[in-house]
Amino acid sequence: MSGPRTLYEKIWDDHVVERRPDGTSLLYIDRHIIHEVTTPQAFEGLRATGRRVRRPDLVLAVPDHNVPTTKRVENGALLPIKDPQSATQVSTLKANCAEFGIEHIEMTAREQGIVHVVGPEQGFTLPGTTVVCGDSHTSTHGAFGALAFGIGTSEVEHVLATQTLLLKQSKPMEVRVEGQLGFSITPKDVALAICGELGAAGGTGYVLEYTGSAIRDMSIEGRMTVCNMSIEAGARSGLVAPDEKTVAYFADKPRAPKGAVWDQAVAYWRSLATDAGAEYAKSVFIDAAKIAPLVTWGTSPEDVAPITGVVPSPADFADPSKQAAVAKALEYLGLTPGQRLQDVEVQNIFIGSCTNSRIEDLRAAAAVVKGRKLADNIRQALVVPGSGLVKLQAEAEGLDRIFTEAGFEWREPGCSMCLGMNPDKVPAGERCASTSNRNFVGRQGPGARTHLLSPAMAAAAAITGRLTDVRQLVA
Amino acid sequence: MQAFTLLTGTAIPFGQRNIDTDVIIPARHLKAITKAGLGVWAFETIRYNEDGSENPNAIFNQSAYKGAPILIAGDNFGCGSSREHAAWALGDMGVKAIIAPSYSDIFSGNAFKNGILAVVLPQEAVDRLLEVAKEAEITIDLENQVVTTPYQDRFEFQIDPFRKHCLLNGLDEIGITLQMADKISAFEATRDAAKPWLPGAAGLDRKAS
Repeated sequence: MSGPRTLYEKIWDDHVVERRPDGTSLLYIDRHIIHEVTTPQAFEGLRATGRRVRRPDLVLAVPDHNVPTTKRVENGALLPIKDPQSATQVSTLKANCAEFGIEHIEMTAREQGIVHVVGPEQGFTLPGTTVVCGDSHTSTHGAFGALAFGIGTSEVEHVLATQTLLLKQSKPMEVRVEGQLGFSITPKDVALAICGELGAAGGTGYVLEYTGSAIRDMSIEGRMTVCNMSIEAGARSGLVAPDEKTVAYFADKPRAPKGAVWDQAVAYWRSLATDAGAEYAKSVFIDAAKIAPLVTWGTSPEDVAPITGVVPSPADFADPSKQAAVAKALEYLGLTPGQRLQDVEVQNIFIGSCTNSRIEDLRAAAAVVKGRKLADNIRQALVVPGSGLVKLQAEAEGLDRIFTEAGFEWREPGCSMCLGMNPDKVPAGERCASTSNRNFVGRQGPGARTHLLSPAMAAAAAITGRLTDVRQLVA
Repeated sequence: MQAFTLLTGTAIPFGQRNIDTDVIIPARHLKAITKAGLGVWAFETIRYNEDGSENPNAIFNQSAYKGAPILIAGDNFGCGSSREHAAWALGDMGVKAIIAPSYSDIFSGNAFKNGILAVVLPQEAVDRLLEVAKEAEITIDLENQVVTTPYQDRFEFQIDPFRKHCLLNGLDEIGITLQMADKISAFEATRDAAKPWLPGAAGLDRKAS
């Protein structure tokens, strides 16, 4: 029909219900995942206007942000959520789903977990679909070649009522990561390297497509980690073209197509890759071989440095507004310019979040932890699987015992310490080596100091009690 | 959404400039689960004393203005945070229209989304209305784009034609999209047939395996 197109343009074109003269399009939404925090007012709006949910069969609900990660059932009875507002949000989601005919995964179900882990795991997320959720890390689902992005509460209501959204098309940007990753370099390091390269706003107005041999060689779960952090570089969505790994991933997923329909779906998925000759509005190249294990030293995910490096000085930056931001960040984090990152002591370890809570993440951390103990200065070390199914798999592999024998707490699935909304928080003034995605001021609790890094690096920090080059702990 | 055509009612002569959305609704009320019910917290720091008691001097607490449908505000109303809760809180306290010299873009969008008419009038007109509001009702005629008083005041105002159309007909953005239900249905039918793996992925009757 048209000239060569990018993956993004193909998915976009396939979902346009109507193009409007003002440059916006009404876009059809294939998959809507909802959770307890950003939906109550949307349902209230439906109720007030007497509207129904247009396609309940395209909506899946699961509580994750507010749920405690401690034991949920005792002697067969559900333990109540202590915070009354959290409890109300969780119970409201369940009641709204019952009222509007939406499938709701219970807090105690083994399928429960973080929305962005559950969607793909259930085969609800599929390649070539449009996926939305009232959460900015919906970009995670782009790893499967789905156009996935976060939306606000009014938009949640709009999608529930119409299964569409009125949107302006973004520009496609290629982020090409070429070459082989070094020893112990993980997808999280790639994601942080991209944030550092693009900057926290570099992707604004773009949809990123990750290409190159390092992305092709990466596992599906690794690609999820990379796509997850697209939003930290300012892009609402990040995509990877579906390939044979993508197809294999869905072969055993409960809601993925079966039989003849499966073959039909796979043929479609294979047609989505960017055409030869298609043009990106912008291209960025990253040499995979040059990526070191990275940590953040500031309060923006773009503030990354190799673990072998030092805390920068505001004077290292040309832009005066960045200089001021860096000075403020270093004060918040209690760091001094020139300080070696490997000398920075941490008191808290968080392995989890929609960025790094899948089985490969837990395996990578366990490989470092195995046979070792937490350092004496570690006060809190949590491992929070991304879903009940990830938890079961990890337990079947004995990973839980590796963690608990070292002194970690093995928790129930949820967003946990990523966002300081549930009981899991970093105490004020303390530091956390965290596998999550945001190091903003107060993100993990008021006054909490966050260093973002990979699961293997978080494990290494847990063992030594300070930020550590994981390559020194694994042979 | 309720249609907005002609409104005659009491107007609150508030008039303060640069009222930000933190003043309209403080951040601590964002964990609420309803839009309804936020009205009691609207202008919380103005309406209540530190001990939680009502401040009798606050204009919002004077019996003449409680539940009034029109708010007369100052320049740059609704600046600051983008929270939609600000519009929700105003609507819940009974405000159906605001008159001010200017608004923040985000706030006026949010007000519109929630069926609240944000009338823009020059400062002199607003000053006159602030006086009139102390003794008489004010009329806003959206069809004819004019604000009038019992004292023969007559102030014409401009409004985006699309927003006017939506407000007059009680169409919110969802309502407008729903006018295209036939197109969406046609798209859906084609999609569900061409990609039969997409429908039925979730549902109450479906048991997760």
